[in-house]
Amino acid sequence: MNSANYLYLSALLFTIGAVGVVIRRNAIVVFMCVELMLNAANLSFVTFSRINGNLDGQVVAFFTMVVAACEVVVGLAIIVTIYRSRRSASVDDANLLKR
Amino acid sequence: MINYALELGQTAKPEALLFYILAPLAVAAAIGMLVVKKAVHSAILLAWVMITLAIFYIAQDAAFLGIVQIVVYTGAVMMLFLFILMLVGVDSSESLTETIKGLRWIAITASVGFGGLLISLLGRASLGRTTAGLADANSNGNVEGLAQLIFSDYVWPFEVISALLITAAVGAMVLAHHERTVKRVTQREQSQARFRSGSLAAAAGLPGPGVFALHNAVDVPALLPDGTPAAASISATLKARGDMLDSAQYQLDNNDNAAEDK
Repeated sequence: MNSANYLYLSALLFTIGAVGVVIRRNAIVVFMCVELMLNAANLSFVTFSRINGNLDGQVVAFFTMVVAACEVVVGLAIIVTIYRSRRSASVDDANLLKR
Repeated sequence: MINYALELGQTAKPEALLFYILAPLAVAAAIGMLVVKKAVHSAILLAWVMITLAIFYIAQDAAFLGIVQIVVYTGAVMMLFLFILMLVGVDSSESLTETIKGLRWIAITASVGFGGLLISLLGRASLGRTTAGLADANSNGNVEGLAQLIFSDYVWPFEVISALLITAAVGAMVLAHHERTVKRVTQREQSQARFRSGSLAAAAGLPGPGVFALHNAVDVPALLPDGTPAAASISATLKARGDMLDSAQYQLDNNDNAAEDK
């Protein structure tokens, strides 16, 4: 099997994640879609690591996982803070600056 | 037959089989994430996508990353997501109305373009050489190979990442912390306030929910002697969520009539 298939899958998952970020309104689901995009990027890293025959790609994918974990911790804390003050987890309700 | 079995036994074939079974499932779950209404269902579908990716990592000679993917993503990150979902409310408002008109179709069209571009670019790119494979790099074992890289070439990024982790932990604590703006009301003060509120009815405590003898549940307001529902008998949380039944349907005279009709 051609390793490029993994890259196609990764591109597909990344695109689906991007659509989710745009069309979903629930901040938590938006966040999950961001996670999906990060995961798709990781799959590319691992595949390229295999195509090139060295482990650097896997090291970068490992770092991406750490960054994603940090991002989830801070992002979810922000969502909880917004929910506490506005009683809503919808990204459309955080529009105080507009009003 | 034997030839076919031998052919299937070669390293490449089972992986292709694995890929062609799991990849469509992963894509289907990812699309499902976008269309299901409840955030919890999205979370479960995302967990499935992550497990699929972990299997792909292991199939691609990245055993360490595959295990880390399961432990960190499906274990820790998804747990955190579910925690927050429970905290914010499982059925937290997911309005499917569009704030910007036609946003959904614009997004889908744009993404079809973007995805097509990405895939066609990948298809045309000479990824060059045939897949080199990791047999050489993993000759001392995958974990050993990764460790050697992380603690030599990548030791500076590794330390920066540790600083990032600590900053994120402190940031989450700062965000979660909030100063109490009003003084905490003690039990003693609550008790005194009840007795001094004018009516002694409050001193006896709040009425319990449920309609005695006919229906008894926490989501049905109790009926007062005059037949009106007692709003104070329902937990404020249930009221806010709208999970409240109308107690009128369990009123005695209604049920008498129903019995007579039968």
